[in-house]
Amino acid sequence: MLIKFRKASDAHESEVTPKELFLNRRSFMAAAAAAGGTALLPAFPNDARAAFTNLKRNPKFQTLEKPTTLDGITSHNNFYEFGTGKTDPKKNAHTLKPRPWSVEIAGHAAKTGTFDLDDILKPHELEERIYRLRCVEAWSMVIPWVGFPLGDLIKRFEPTSKAKYVAFETLVDTEQMPKQKLPILDWPYVEGLRMDEAMHPLAILAVGIYGDDMPNQNGAPIRLVVPWKYGFKSIKSVVKINFVEEMPPTTWNIQAPGEYGFYSNVNPNRDHPRWSQARERRITGEGGFKALIAPKIETKMFNGYDDVAGLYTGMDLIKNY
Amino acid sequence: MNTKTSRRIFKPLVFIASLLPFAYLLYALYSDTVLGTKLLTDDPVQKFDRELGDWTLIFIIITLTVRPLADILKKRELIAYRRMLGLFAFFYGVLHVSSYVGLNLQLDFAEFVKDVVKRPFITVGIIAFTAMAALAATSTKGMIKRMGGKAWTRLHWLIYPIAVLGVVHFYMMIRADFSRPVIYGSIIFVLLAYRYVVKLRRDGKRKRREAETAAA
Repeated sequence: MLIKFRKASDAHESEVTPKELFLNRRSFMAAAAAAGGTALLPAFPNDARAAFTNLKRNPKFQTLEKPTTLDGITSHNNFYEFGTGKTDPKKNAHTLKPRPWSVEIAGHAAKTGTFDLDDILKPHELEERIYRLRCVEAWSMVIPWVGFPLGDLIKRFEPTSKAKYVAFETLVDTEQMPKQKLPILDWPYVEGLRMDEAMHPLAILAVGIYGDDMPNQNGAPIRLVVPWKYGFKSIKSVVKINFVEEMPPTTWNIQAPGEYGFYSNVNPNRDHPRWSQARERRITGEGGFKALIAPKIETKMFNGYDDVAGLYTGMDLIKNY
Repeated sequence: MNTKTSRRIFKPLVFIASLLPFAYLLYALYSDTVLGTKLLTDDPVQKFDRELGDWTLIFIIITLTVRPLADILKKRELIAYRRMLGLFAFFYGVLHVSSYVGLNLQLDFAEFVKDVVKRPFITVGIIAFTAMAALAATSTKGMIKRMGGKAWTRLHWLIYPIAVLGVVHFYMMIRADFSRPVIYGSIIFVLLAYRYVVKLRRDGKRKRREAETAAA
Protein backbone atom coordinates (compact mmCIF):
# COMPACT_ATOMS: atom_id res chain seq x y z
CA MET A 1 0.00 0.00 0.00
CA LEU A 2 1.19 3.45 -0.76
CA ILE A 3 0.86 6.12 1.84
CA LYS A 4 -0.54 9.39 0.56
CA PHE A 5 1.22 12.56 1.48
CA ARG A 6 0.44 16.19 0.89
CA LYS A 7 1.19 16.86 -2.72
CA ALA A 8 4.69 18.21 -2.63
CA SER A 9 4.51 19.78 -6.05
CA ASP A 10 1.60 22.00 -5.04
CA ALA A 11 2.17 25.59 -5.98
CA HIS A 12 2.83 28.16 -3.31
CA GLU A 13 2.96 31.63 -4.78
CA SER A 14 4.64 32.99 -1.68
CA GLU A 15 7.46 30.52 -1.94
CA VAL A 16 9.93 31.62 -4.53
CA THR A 17 13.66 31.83 -4.40
CA PRO A 18 14.70 34.97 -2.59
CA LYS A 19 15.77 37.49 -5.18
CA GLU A 20 18.66 38.60 -2.96
CA LEU A 21 20.35 35.31 -3.60
CA PHE A 22 20.48 36.03 -7.31
CA LEU A 23 21.49 39.61 -6.80
CA ASN A 24 24.20 38.72 -4.34
CA ARG A 25 25.66 36.21 -6.72
CA ARG A 26 25.56 38.65 -9.61
CA SER A 27 27.11 41.48 -7.65
CA PHE A 28 29.79 39.07 -6.50
CA MET A 29 30.47 38.02 -10.06
CA ALA A 30 30.52 41.62 -11.23
CA ALA A 31 32.91 42.52 -8.45
CA ALA A 32 35.10 39.58 -9.31
CA ALA A 33 35.12 40.53 -12.97
CA ALA A 34 35.94 44.11 -12.03
CA ALA A 35 38.81 42.83 -9.95
CA GLY A 36 40.12 41.53 -13.23
CA GLY A 37 39.99 37.86 -12.47
CA THR A 38 38.23 35.21 -14.41
CA ALA A 39 40.59 33.14 -12.28
CA LEU A 40 38.43 34.13 -9.35
CA LEU A 41 35.60 32.12 -10.84
CA PRO A 42 37.17 28.81 -11.62
CA ALA A 43 34.17 26.75 -10.68
CA PHE A 44 31.86 28.36 -13.23
CA PRO A 45 31.87 27.96 -16.97
CA ASN A 46 33.57 30.94 -18.54
CA ASP A 47 31.77 31.00 -21.86
CA ALA A 48 30.14 34.16 -23.14
CA ARG A 49 26.60 33.38 -21.98
CA ALA A 50 25.59 35.23 -18.88
CA ALA A 51 22.84 34.16 -16.54
CA PHE A 52 19.68 32.89 -18.19
CA THR A 53 17.42 35.80 -18.93
CA ASN A 54 13.63 35.87 -18.74
CA LEU A 55 13.64 32.57 -16.99
CA LYS A 56 10.15 31.27 -16.36
CA ARG A 57 9.59 30.05 -12.84
CA ASN A 58 7.35 27.02 -13.15
CA PRO A 59 4.67 27.57 -10.48
CA LYS A 60 3.94 23.85 -10.36
CA PHE A 61 7.41 23.07 -9.09
CA GLN A 62 8.00 25.34 -6.17
CA THR A 63 8.29 24.26 -2.58
CA LEU A 64 7.50 25.51 0.88
CA GLU A 65 11.03 24.74 2.00
CA LYS A 66 13.85 27.22 2.03
CA PRO A 67 16.29 26.56 -0.82
CA THR A 68 19.82 25.60 0.08
CA THR A 69 22.17 28.54 -0.48
CA LEU A 70 24.21 28.65 -3.68
CA ASP A 71 27.29 28.25 -1.52
CA GLY A 72 25.83 25.11 0.07
CA ILE A 73 24.82 23.60 -3.28
CA THR A 74 28.26 24.23 -4.78
CA SER A 75 30.37 23.26 -1.74
CA HIS A 76 28.96 19.85 -0.86
CA ASN A 77 29.06 17.45 -3.79
CA ASN A 78 29.42 13.79 -4.56
CA PHE A 79 31.27 13.85 -7.88
CA TYR A 80 33.98 11.20 -7.58
CA GLU A 81 35.50 12.20 -10.91
CA PHE A 82 36.93 15.11 -8.90
CA GLY A 83 37.64 13.29 -5.64
CA THR A 84 35.69 11.39 -3.01
CA GLY A 85 35.61 14.13 -0.37
CA LYS A 86 32.50 16.31 -0.22
CA THR A 87 34.53 19.49 -0.71
CA ASP A 88 36.85 18.01 -3.38
CA PRO A 89 34.66 18.75 -6.44
CA LYS A 90 34.55 22.46 -5.59
CA LYS A 91 38.34 22.49 -5.34
CA ASN A 92 39.07 20.33 -8.37
CA ALA A 93 36.28 20.79 -10.93
CA HIS A 94 37.90 23.84 -12.55
CA THR A 95 39.58 21.44 -15.01
CA LEU A 96 36.23 20.59 -16.60
CA LYS A 97 35.56 22.45 -19.85
CA PRO A 98 31.79 22.68 -20.31
CA ARG A 99 32.04 24.20 -23.81
CA PRO A 100 32.33 23.08 -26.50
CA TRP A 101 30.37 20.00 -25.47
CA SER A 102 28.77 17.35 -27.57
CA VAL A 103 26.21 14.74 -26.70
CA GLU A 104 25.76 11.49 -28.56
CA ILE A 105 22.23 10.22 -29.04
CA ALA A 106 22.34 6.52 -29.87
CA GLY A 107 20.37 3.30 -29.96
CA HIS A 108 16.79 2.56 -30.93
CA ALA A 109 15.65 5.94 -32.24
CA ALA A 110 14.80 7.39 -35.63
CA LYS A 111 17.29 10.21 -35.18
CA THR A 112 20.71 9.49 -33.78
CA GLY A 113 24.14 11.07 -33.97
CA THR A 114 26.51 13.36 -32.15
CA PHE A 115 25.29 16.90 -31.62
CA ASP A 116 26.71 20.08 -30.21
CA LEU A 117 25.08 20.77 -26.86
CA ASP A 118 23.89 24.24 -27.88
CA ASP A 119 22.12 22.73 -30.90
CA ILE A 120 20.48 20.20 -28.62
CA LEU A 121 19.32 22.92 -26.24
CA LYS A 122 18.08 25.39 -28.88
CA PRO A 123 14.47 24.21 -29.29
CA HIS A 124 13.84 23.86 -25.55
CA GLU A 125 12.41 26.55 -23.36
CA LEU A 126 14.30 26.59 -20.09
CA GLU A 127 12.47 27.09 -16.83
CA GLU A 128 13.25 27.16 -13.15
CA ARG A 129 12.05 24.33 -10.95
CA ILE A 130 12.76 24.05 -7.26
CA TYR A 131 13.24 20.40 -6.34
CA ARG A 132 14.31 18.59 -3.24
CA LEU A 133 17.38 16.43 -3.75
CA ARG A 134 17.68 13.44 -1.41
CA CYS A 135 21.10 11.79 -1.31
CA VAL A 136 21.22 8.08 -0.49
CA GLU A 137 23.61 9.07 2.34
CA ALA A 138 20.65 10.57 4.25
CA TRP A 139 21.30 14.24 3.55
CA SER A 140 19.17 16.49 1.37
CA MET A 141 19.06 19.89 -0.28
CA VAL A 142 16.49 22.14 -1.95
CA ILE A 143 17.78 23.27 -5.34
CA PRO A 144 16.43 25.77 -7.88
CA TRP A 145 17.39 24.07 -11.14
CA VAL A 146 17.27 25.56 -14.61
CA GLY A 147 16.26 22.94 -17.11
CA PHE A 148 13.62 21.36 -19.32
CA PRO A 149 11.73 18.05 -19.31
CA LEU A 150 13.81 15.08 -20.39
CA GLY A 151 10.68 13.74 -22.11
CA ASP A 152 10.65 16.71 -24.53
CA LEU A 153 14.17 15.86 -25.64
CA ILE A 154 13.40 12.15 -25.96
CA LYS A 155 10.40 12.85 -28.22
CA ARG A 156 12.57 14.87 -30.61
CA PHE A 157 14.80 11.89 -31.35
CA GLU A 158 11.82 9.57 -31.92
CA PRO A 159 12.73 6.40 -30.03
CA THR A 160 11.33 3.21 -31.54
CA SER A 161 9.20 0.60 -29.76
CA LYS A 162 12.40 -1.29 -28.96
CA ALA A 163 13.58 1.56 -26.72
CA LYS A 164 12.52 0.24 -23.30
CA TYR A 165 15.18 2.04 -21.28
CA VAL A 166 17.29 5.18 -21.54
CA ALA A 167 20.97 4.81 -20.62
CA PHE A 168 23.17 7.81 -19.75
CA GLU A 169 26.92 8.22 -19.63
CA THR A 170 29.23 10.79 -18.05
CA LEU A 171 32.31 12.10 -19.82
CA VAL A 172 35.52 10.08 -19.52
CA ASP A 173 38.55 12.33 -19.84
CA THR A 174 41.41 12.07 -17.37
CA GLU A 175 42.59 15.56 -18.33
CA GLN A 176 39.26 17.16 -17.46
CA MET A 177 38.32 14.69 -14.73
CA PRO A 178 41.67 13.89 -13.12
CA LYS A 179 40.44 11.42 -10.49
CA GLN A 180 39.32 9.10 -13.28
CA LYS A 181 42.97 8.01 -13.32
CA LEU A 182 42.19 6.18 -10.07
CA PRO A 183 40.02 3.06 -10.03
CA ILE A 184 37.53 4.58 -7.57
CA LEU A 185 34.51 3.60 -9.67
CA ASP A 186 34.10 1.69 -12.89
CA TRP A 187 34.39 4.69 -15.28
CA PRO A 188 32.46 6.02 -17.11
CA TYR A 189 29.74 6.70 -14.58
CA VAL A 190 26.58 5.21 -16.09
CA GLU A 191 22.94 5.52 -15.15
CA GLY A 192 19.59 4.60 -16.58
CA LEU A 193 15.84 5.01 -16.38
CA ARG A 194 12.92 2.95 -17.62
CA MET A 195 11.33 4.71 -20.60
CA ASP A 196 8.17 5.64 -18.67
CA GLU A 197 10.28 7.07 -15.85
CA ALA A 198 12.33 9.08 -18.33
CA MET A 199 9.13 10.41 -19.93
CA HIS A 200 7.64 11.48 -16.59
CA PRO A 201 7.25 15.28 -16.53
CA LEU A 202 9.20 15.52 -13.25
CA ALA A 203 12.40 14.16 -14.85
CA ILE A 204 14.45 17.02 -16.26
CA LEU A 205 17.75 17.76 -17.87
CA ALA A 206 19.30 20.67 -16.00
CA VAL A 207 21.78 23.21 -17.35
CA GLY A 208 21.84 25.66 -14.47
CA ILE A 209 21.27 26.51 -10.84
CA TYR A 210 19.92 29.75 -9.35
CA GLY A 211 19.30 31.25 -12.76
CA ASP A 212 22.88 30.84 -13.87
CA ASP A 213 25.03 28.29 -15.70
CA MET A 214 25.56 24.92 -14.08
CA PRO A 215 28.64 25.09 -11.85
CA ASN A 216 31.22 22.49 -12.89
CA GLN A 217 31.03 20.63 -9.58
CA ASN A 218 27.27 20.20 -9.99
CA GLY A 219 27.58 18.43 -13.34
CA ALA A 220 28.17 21.08 -16.00
CA PRO A 221 27.12 21.58 -18.67
CA ILE A 222 24.14 19.23 -18.64
CA ARG A 223 22.90 16.71 -16.09
CA LEU A 224 19.90 14.63 -15.25
CA VAL A 225 17.63 15.49 -12.32
CA VAL A 226 15.20 12.82 -11.13
CA PRO A 227 13.88 14.24 -7.86
CA TRP A 228 12.00 11.15 -6.64
CA LYS A 229 15.13 9.00 -6.76
CA TYR A 230 18.30 9.10 -4.69
CA GLY A 231 20.76 11.69 -5.93
CA PHE A 232 23.22 9.28 -7.53
CA LYS A 233 20.62 8.47 -10.22
CA SER A 234 20.84 12.09 -11.39
CA ILE A 235 23.95 11.59 -13.51
CA LYS A 236 26.22 14.57 -14.16
CA SER A 237 28.11 15.95 -17.19
CA VAL A 238 26.25 13.74 -19.66
CA VAL A 239 27.88 12.91 -23.01
CA LYS A 240 25.70 10.04 -24.20
CA ILE A 241 22.03 9.20 -24.18
CA ASN A 242 21.34 5.70 -25.47
CA PHE A 243 17.94 4.14 -26.17
CA VAL A 244 18.23 0.48 -25.26
CA GLU A 245 16.05 -2.60 -25.02
CA GLU A 246 17.50 -4.20 -21.87
CA MET A 247 17.85 -2.68 -18.41
CA PRO A 248 21.23 -0.92 -18.61
CA PRO A 249 24.00 -1.33 -16.00
CA THR A 250 24.25 1.49 -13.46
CA THR A 251 27.43 2.51 -11.64
CA TRP A 252 26.46 2.12 -7.99
CA ASN A 253 24.60 -1.09 -8.70
CA ILE A 254 27.85 -2.47 -10.16
CA GLN A 255 29.77 -1.18 -7.12
CA ALA A 256 27.45 -2.65 -4.45
CA PRO A 257 24.47 -4.55 -5.91
CA GLY A 258 23.04 -5.42 -2.50
CA GLU A 259 22.82 -1.76 -1.55
CA TYR A 260 21.96 0.17 -4.69
CA GLY A 261 19.29 -1.09 -7.06
CA PHE A 262 18.35 0.06 -10.54
CA TYR A 263 15.26 1.92 -9.30
CA SER A 264 16.67 3.58 -6.18
CA ASN A 265 13.47 5.45 -5.49
CA VAL A 266 13.56 7.46 -2.27
CA ASN A 267 11.87 5.13 0.20
CA PRO A 268 11.87 5.74 3.97
CA ASN A 269 10.55 2.22 4.53
CA ARG A 270 13.51 0.49 2.99
CA ASP A 271 16.68 0.95 5.00
CA HIS A 272 20.03 1.11 3.34
CA PRO A 273 21.94 -1.90 4.73
CA ARG A 274 24.26 0.48 6.54
CA TRP A 275 21.82 3.13 7.80
CA SER A 276 18.18 4.02 8.18
CA GLN A 277 16.51 5.99 5.39
CA ALA A 278 13.59 7.12 7.58
CA ARG A 279 15.02 10.58 8.20
CA GLU A 280 17.40 12.99 6.55
CA ARG A 281 19.72 15.86 7.42
CA ARG A 282 18.73 18.97 5.49
CA ILE A 283 21.72 20.89 4.24
CA THR A 284 20.85 24.56 4.32
CA GLY A 285 24.24 26.02 3.53
CA GLU A 286 24.82 27.03 7.12
CA GLY A 287 27.43 24.81 8.70
CA GLY A 288 29.00 24.91 12.15
CA PHE A 289 27.29 24.17 15.45
CA LYS A 290 23.87 25.11 14.09
CA ALA A 291 23.98 22.37 11.47
CA LEU A 292 25.45 19.97 14.01
CA ILE A 293 22.36 20.07 16.20
CA ALA A 294 19.66 20.81 13.60
CA PRO A 295 16.80 18.30 13.99
CA LYS A 296 16.54 15.71 11.24
CA ILE A 297 13.45 15.70 9.04
CA GLU A 298 11.24 12.81 7.98
CA THR A 299 11.99 11.37 4.56
CA LYS A 300 8.92 11.00 2.38
CA MET A 301 8.08 8.23 -0.07
CA PHE A 302 9.34 9.23 -3.53
CA ASN A 303 10.93 12.23 -1.78
CA GLY A 304 7.42 13.65 -1.56
CA TYR A 305 6.81 13.47 -5.32
CA ASP A 306 3.91 11.05 -5.09
CA ASP A 307 2.83 11.95 -8.65
CA VAL A 308 5.18 9.20 -9.75
CA ALA A 309 3.50 6.44 -7.70
CA GLY A 310 1.60 5.31 -10.79
CA LEU A 311 4.84 4.30 -12.47
CA TYR A 312 5.29 1.54 -9.91
CA THR A 313 1.78 0.14 -9.51
CA GLY A 314 1.93 -3.53 -8.55
CA MET A 315 5.69 -3.43 -7.95
CA ASP A 316 7.20 -4.44 -4.61
CA LEU A 317 9.41 -1.44 -3.93
CA ILE A 318 11.20 -3.15 -1.05
CA LYS A 319 12.39 -5.91 -3.39
CA ASN A 320 12.85 -3.55 -6.34
CA TYR A 321 14.97 -1.06 -4.42
CA MET B 1 68.68 14.79 31.58
CA ASN B 2 67.49 11.84 33.63
CA THR B 3 64.32 9.91 32.84
CA LYS B 4 62.34 11.57 35.59
CA THR B 5 62.93 15.14 34.40
CA SER B 6 62.40 14.27 30.77
CA ARG B 7 59.12 12.63 31.71
CA ARG B 8 58.09 15.70 33.69
CA ILE B 9 58.67 17.84 30.59
CA PHE B 10 57.44 15.56 27.84
CA LYS B 11 54.36 14.06 29.44
CA PRO B 12 52.45 17.37 29.48
CA LEU B 13 53.64 18.04 25.93
CA VAL B 14 52.37 14.68 24.68
CA PHE B 15 49.14 15.31 26.56
CA ILE B 16 48.61 18.67 24.88
CA ALA B 17 49.61 17.34 21.46
CA SER B 18 47.05 14.54 21.85
CA LEU B 19 44.33 17.10 22.46
CA LEU B 20 45.19 19.07 19.32
CA PRO B 21 42.93 17.07 16.95
CA PHE B 22 40.00 17.67 19.29
CA ALA B 23 40.87 21.36 19.56
CA TYR B 24 41.05 21.53 15.76
CA LEU B 25 37.59 19.96 15.41
CA LEU B 26 36.12 22.46 17.87
CA TYR B 27 37.83 25.28 16.02
CA ALA B 28 36.51 23.95 12.69
CA LEU B 29 32.99 23.81 14.09
CA TYR B 30 33.27 27.29 15.51
CA SER B 31 34.76 29.03 12.49
CA ASP B 32 33.00 26.90 9.83
CA THR B 33 34.64 28.40 6.75
CA VAL B 34 38.38 29.06 6.65
CA LEU B 35 40.11 30.26 3.47
CA GLY B 36 37.04 29.40 1.42
CA THR B 37 36.85 25.80 2.62
CA LYS B 38 34.14 24.56 4.92
CA LEU B 39 36.31 22.62 7.30
CA LEU B 40 33.60 20.21 8.36
CA THR B 41 31.65 20.42 5.07
CA ASP B 42 28.01 21.48 4.91
CA ASP B 43 27.09 18.23 6.62
CA PRO B 44 29.13 18.54 9.84
CA VAL B 45 27.24 15.74 11.58
CA GLN B 46 28.74 13.22 9.18
CA LYS B 47 32.17 14.79 8.95
CA PHE B 48 32.61 15.34 12.70
CA ASP B 49 31.79 11.71 13.37
CA ARG B 50 34.12 10.42 10.64
CA GLU B 51 36.99 12.60 11.84
CA LEU B 52 36.60 11.34 15.41
CA GLY B 53 36.59 7.76 14.14
CA ASP B 54 39.79 8.43 12.22
CA TRP B 55 41.50 9.87 15.27
CA THR B 56 40.46 6.89 17.36
CA LEU B 57 42.20 4.60 14.89
CA ILE B 58 45.23 6.85 14.61
CA PHE B 59 45.70 6.87 18.38
CA ILE B 60 45.33 3.09 18.54
CA ILE B 61 48.09 2.88 15.92
CA ILE B 62 50.30 5.36 17.80
CA THR B 63 49.82 3.35 21.00
CA LEU B 64 50.82 0.17 19.18
CA THR B 65 53.93 1.85 17.82
CA VAL B 66 55.33 2.75 21.26
CA ARG B 67 56.75 -0.68 22.13
CA PRO B 68 58.50 -1.37 18.79
CA LEU B 69 59.87 2.17 18.80
CA ALA B 70 61.24 1.74 22.33
CA ASP B 71 62.88 -1.54 21.27
CA ILE B 72 64.40 -0.18 18.09
CA LEU B 73 65.64 3.08 19.64
CA LYS B 74 66.62 1.19 22.80
CA LYS B 75 64.73 3.75 24.86
CA ARG B 76 62.75 1.84 27.47
CA GLU B 77 61.45 5.09 28.98
CA LEU B 78 59.13 5.59 26.00
CA ILE B 79 56.89 2.84 27.43
CA ALA B 80 55.86 5.36 30.09
CA TYR B 81 53.81 7.24 27.47
CA ARG B 82 51.87 4.23 26.25
CA ARG B 83 49.08 4.29 28.81
CA MET B 84 48.33 7.94 28.18
CA LEU B 85 48.24 7.44 24.41
CA GLY B 86 45.98 4.41 24.81
CA LEU B 87 43.64 6.43 27.00
CA PHE B 88 43.55 9.12 24.32
CA ALA B 89 42.53 6.46 21.79
CA PHE B 90 39.66 5.66 24.15
CA PHE B 91 38.92 9.38 24.59
CA TYR B 92 38.45 9.78 20.82
CA GLY B 93 36.49 6.53 20.74
CA VAL B 94 34.09 7.88 23.38
CA LEU B 95 33.65 11.09 21.38
CA HIS B 96 33.15 9.08 18.17
CA VAL B 97 30.41 6.91 19.69
CA SER B 98 28.84 9.92 21.45
CA SER B 99 28.67 11.93 18.28
CA TYR B 100 27.13 8.96 16.45
CA VAL B 101 24.47 8.37 19.11
CA GLY B 102 23.98 12.00 20.09
CA LEU B 103 24.33 13.95 16.86
CA ASN B 104 23.69 11.43 14.10
CA LEU B 105 20.94 9.38 15.75
CA GLN B 106 19.87 12.36 17.90
CA LEU B 107 19.60 10.08 20.95
CA ASP B 108 17.13 7.71 19.29
CA PHE B 109 18.15 4.67 21.34
CA ALA B 110 15.71 2.35 19.59
CA GLU B 111 17.49 3.23 16.36
CA PHE B 112 20.84 2.64 18.06
CA VAL B 113 19.85 -0.87 19.14
CA LYS B 114 18.55 -1.58 15.63
CA ASP B 115 21.83 -0.36 14.14
CA VAL B 116 23.94 -2.52 16.47
CA VAL B 117 21.88 -5.63 15.73
CA LYS B 118 21.19 -5.11 12.03
CA ARG B 119 24.28 -3.42 10.66
CA PRO B 120 27.45 -5.51 10.83
CA PHE B 121 29.86 -2.57 10.58
CA ILE B 122 28.26 -1.01 13.65
CA THR B 123 28.25 -4.35 15.49
CA VAL B 124 31.99 -4.65 14.83
CA GLY B 125 32.60 -1.05 15.93
CA ILE B 126 30.67 -1.47 19.16
CA ILE B 127 32.51 -4.71 20.00
CA ALA B 128 35.84 -2.92 19.52
CA PHE B 129 34.63 0.02 21.60
CA THR B 130 33.42 -2.20 24.45
CA ALA B 131 36.77 -3.99 24.55
CA MET B 132 38.53 -0.62 24.59
CA ALA B 133 36.40 0.43 27.57
CA ALA B 134 37.55 -2.70 29.42
CA LEU B 135 41.19 -1.80 28.73
CA ALA B 136 40.66 1.80 29.81
CA ALA B 137 38.96 0.68 33.02
CA THR B 138 41.90 -1.59 33.89
CA SER B 139 44.61 0.87 32.93
CA THR B 140 45.43 2.09 36.44
CA LYS B 141 48.40 0.91 38.53
CA GLY B 142 45.96 -0.35 41.14
CA MET B 143 44.21 -2.54 38.58
CA ILE B 144 47.51 -3.98 37.34
CA LYS B 145 48.33 -4.91 40.92
CA ARG B 146 44.91 -6.33 41.63
CA MET B 147 44.79 -8.39 38.43
CA GLY B 148 48.38 -9.54 38.54
CA GLY B 149 50.84 -8.82 35.75
CA LYS B 150 50.11 -11.95 33.74
CA ALA B 151 46.33 -11.63 33.66
CA TRP B 152 46.63 -7.92 32.98
CA THR B 153 49.02 -8.47 30.06
CA ARG B 154 46.72 -11.13 28.66
CA LEU B 155 43.73 -8.75 28.82
CA HIS B 156 45.64 -5.87 27.31
CA TRP B 157 46.78 -8.06 24.46
CA LEU B 158 43.23 -7.29 23.24
CA ILE B 159 44.53 -4.02 21.76
CA TYR B 160 45.62 -6.03 18.70
CA PRO B 161 42.20 -7.48 17.87
CA ILE B 162 40.70 -4.06 18.74
CA ALA B 163 42.94 -2.41 16.15
CA VAL B 164 41.98 -5.01 13.55
CA LEU B 165 38.26 -4.66 14.34
CA GLY B 166 38.59 -0.88 14.10
CA VAL B 167 40.00 -1.10 10.60
CA VAL B 168 37.43 -3.73 9.59
CA HIS B 169 34.69 -1.40 10.91
CA PHE B 170 36.09 1.42 8.75
CA TYR B 171 36.52 -0.81 5.70
CA MET B 172 32.97 -2.16 5.96
CA MET B 173 31.55 1.33 6.14
CA ILE B 174 32.68 2.48 2.71
CA ARG B 175 32.03 1.30 -0.82
CA ALA B 176 34.57 3.26 -2.86
CA ASP B 177 38.05 4.67 -2.29
CA PHE B 178 39.45 2.29 0.30
CA SER B 179 42.77 4.13 0.55
CA ARG B 180 42.58 5.14 4.20
CA PRO B 181 41.45 1.86 5.75
CA VAL B 182 44.06 0.14 3.58
CA ILE B 183 46.79 2.48 4.87
CA TYR B 184 45.72 2.02 8.51
CA GLY B 185 45.37 -1.72 7.96
CA SER B 186 48.85 -2.02 6.44
CA ILE B 187 50.46 -0.18 9.35
CA ILE B 188 48.67 -2.41 11.84
CA PHE B 189 49.75 -5.47 9.84
CA VAL B 190 53.40 -4.39 10.00
CA LEU B 191 53.15 -3.73 13.74
CA LEU B 192 51.52 -7.12 14.32
CA ALA B 193 54.13 -8.83 12.16
CA TYR B 194 56.90 -7.12 14.11
CA ARG B 195 55.47 -8.29 17.43
CA TYR B 196 55.10 -11.80 16.06
CA VAL B 197 58.71 -11.95 14.85
CA VAL B 198 59.93 -10.66 18.21
CA LYS B 199 57.90 -13.31 19.99
CA LEU B 200 59.23 -16.08 17.70
CA ARG B 201 62.80 -14.99 18.34
CA ARG B 202 62.26 -14.82 22.09
CA ASP B 203 60.63 -18.25 22.12
CA GLY B 204 63.53 -19.61 20.03
CA LYS B 205 66.10 -18.15 22.42
CA ARG B 206 64.30 -19.55 25.44
CA LYS B 207 64.09 -23.01 23.88
CA ARG B 208 67.77 -22.94 23.06
CA ARG B 209 68.58 -21.86 26.60
CA GLU B 210 66.38 -24.62 27.99
CA ALA B 211 68.07 -27.14 25.70
CA GLU B 212 71.48 -25.92 26.88
CA THR B 213 70.48 -26.18 30.53
CA ALA B 214 69.12 -29.67 29.94
CA ALA B 215 72.36 -30.73 28.19
CA ALA B 216 74.49 -29.36 31.03
